[in-house]
Amino acid sequence: MSAHKRSDGISPLWQIRTAIDPRHYWVLALCGLVAPLLGWSIASNLDGVDKVFLPGPADVLARIWTWASEDGLPADVAISTWRVVAGWALSAVIALPLGLFIGSYRSVQALLEPLTDFIRYMPAVAFIPLVMLWVGIEEGSKIAIIFIGTFFQMVLMVAEDVRRVPLAQIEAAQTMGASRGEILERVIVPSAKPALLDTLRVTMGWAWTYLVVAELVAANSGLGYAVLKAQRFLQTDKIFAGILLIGLIGLVIDQGFRLAHRKAFPYLAGRH
Amino acid sequence: MTASIEIRDAFKTFGHGPRAIQALDKANLAIRPNEFVTFVGASGCGKSTLLRMIGGLESLTSGSITVNGRPIAGPGVDRAMVFQHYSLYPWLTVTENIKFCRQLKAHTRDRTSADVEKASGRADALIRLMGLSHVAHAYPNQLSGGMQQRVAIARALMSRPPILLMDEPFGALDAQTREVMHDLIRHVHRIEGSTIVFVTHDVEEAIYLGQRIVLMAPRPGRIDTLYDVPLPAERHQDMKLAPEFLALKREILDRIRETSGMKTDLEQLARLSAEAAELEA
Ligand SMILES: Nc1ncnc2c1ncn2[C@@H]1O[C@H](COP(=O)(O)OP(=O)(O)O)[C@@H](O)[C@H]1O
Ligand SMILES: [Mg+2]
Repeated sequence: MSAHKRSDGISPLWQIRTAIDPRHYWVLALCGLVAPLLGWSIASNLDGVDKVFLPGPADVLARIWTWASEDGLPADVAISTWRVVAGWALSAVIALPLGLFIGSYRSVQALLEPLTDFIRYMPAVAFIPLVMLWVGIEEGSKIAIIFIGTFFQMVLMVAEDVRRVPLAQIEAAQTMGASRGEILERVIVPSAKPALLDTLRVTMGWAWTYLVVAELVAANSGLGYAVLKAQRFLQTDKIFAGILLIGLIGLVIDQGFRLAHRKAFPYLAGRH
Repeated sequence: MTASIEIRDAFKTFGHGPRAIQALDKANLAIRPNEFVTFVGASGCGKSTLLRMIGGLESLTSGSITVNGRPIAGPGVDRAMVFQHYSLYPWLTVTENIKFCRQLKAHTRDRTSADVEKASGRADALIRLMGLSHVAHAYPNQLSGGMQQRVAIARALMSRPPILLMDEPFGALDAQTREVMHDLIRHVHRIEGSTIVFVTHDVEEAIYLGQRIVLMAPRPGRIDTLYDVPLPAERHQDMKLAPEFLALKREILDRIRETSGMKTDLEQLARLSAEAAELEA
């Protein structure tokens, strides 16, 4: 597929779902990233714009530097990462087997899916008082909030991944004499694996978005806590820094998952 | 290895109450050992339903199906099935797909090292028979549709099933690949001695492959007519132009049109275009 002008004179850039020149792609991607940064920089330097109202990129970078060298940024990153990963992993440990059964057995689906569907629309933030009451205000409470924020979505997504396994794959195994256990173990799980890894990646992203909420609960460390505290002291640059750092860590983890996906499932790179 | 199949008053409805769909009206048919039977008919006439009932993937609402005199109870290793697509395991190589049944308990009871060796020889033989040697370690995604179906057939044959059930296995292939597959599956039928039940909506395919053709009709799905194919056991592509081939093809096509109401559709089209012409004038 080459990026030639068609005879109707419409450039490939404006043709629906048409490949474009890779150079054009990179130029556009760079513009998309640089333009907001530039806009931000210009806006923050305008006369009459207060630094407290809108700090510039340089201020934020400087703040990240002092945070890292004096204010214990590495420790904040470590504790926040631990909370997110722990809450997410706890979700995964329960959601994977549960979703497997919901997706494989209609009876389990009937029993659990409507309930899960209902709970997932309840706001995780509103559970904070209950979590404090039941779990306390120790480390466990932050993990619990992240768990509540991710678990119910994750169960439903896992069940959906399992239901997407082509019926022909399952029936082929049945006609080869596979037992139900063998079908789960040798067909459904390996077949759903790539989709499951994607689900884990997406829910990991959600877990990070619940970090600030989780650190609302009597925390005295962590990125989310730092943002909340900065808000109290009107340290706008630190708010920016915290938000950017959380986004950056999320992005890095996301890319890690994508890399793992490519490495773990080489058979997906076919001709289709 | 081979087996006979007896279908008696096989009846199937999907769903309950007023919205139940009658998929198959009391079907009766006896299939002989090592017979190659093809089912043809318009879509929705219950071909897949009947095949899946033989395979044990669908229960009967009433009636019975027996294999060598024994009623079937669910899927079993004596009846292998080849689906139209999406049945291969994309995470396994061609060889691993073909050997898939070897990891299942149903195939590993009282297994000796001689058995293992025999199975491995069997897999190699099937890979060669199906012309898959050069892609033995490729993944299904890397193969064309025709090659993928060769793998699916080899996998089904791996455990030497006496019965091979095929539901439009070549439906997604282009015409040239299909011809190659036809000769291949006829060869398999001859050397394996299996009983083959083959579903298709392509009349030519049904005649070229089958010793007997079962024509099914819709609303409700039922067995309409049986035809013996007046062709020798050895077949080649030229026979598709033989007079007896063409005569049978016309007869079956006419019957399909009659039973599925396609003739009236044509008449209706003619009437509609006449009306349209009148309006324009
Ligand atoms: N699982 C199912 N649930 C409900 N109706 C079905 C199901 N499978 C098939 N049917 C219906 O049964 C009839 C026969 O279907 P099928 O055996 O697939 O026909 P064919 O294979 O000849 O096209 C059709 O009307 C179809 O809609
Ligand atoms: Mg069908």
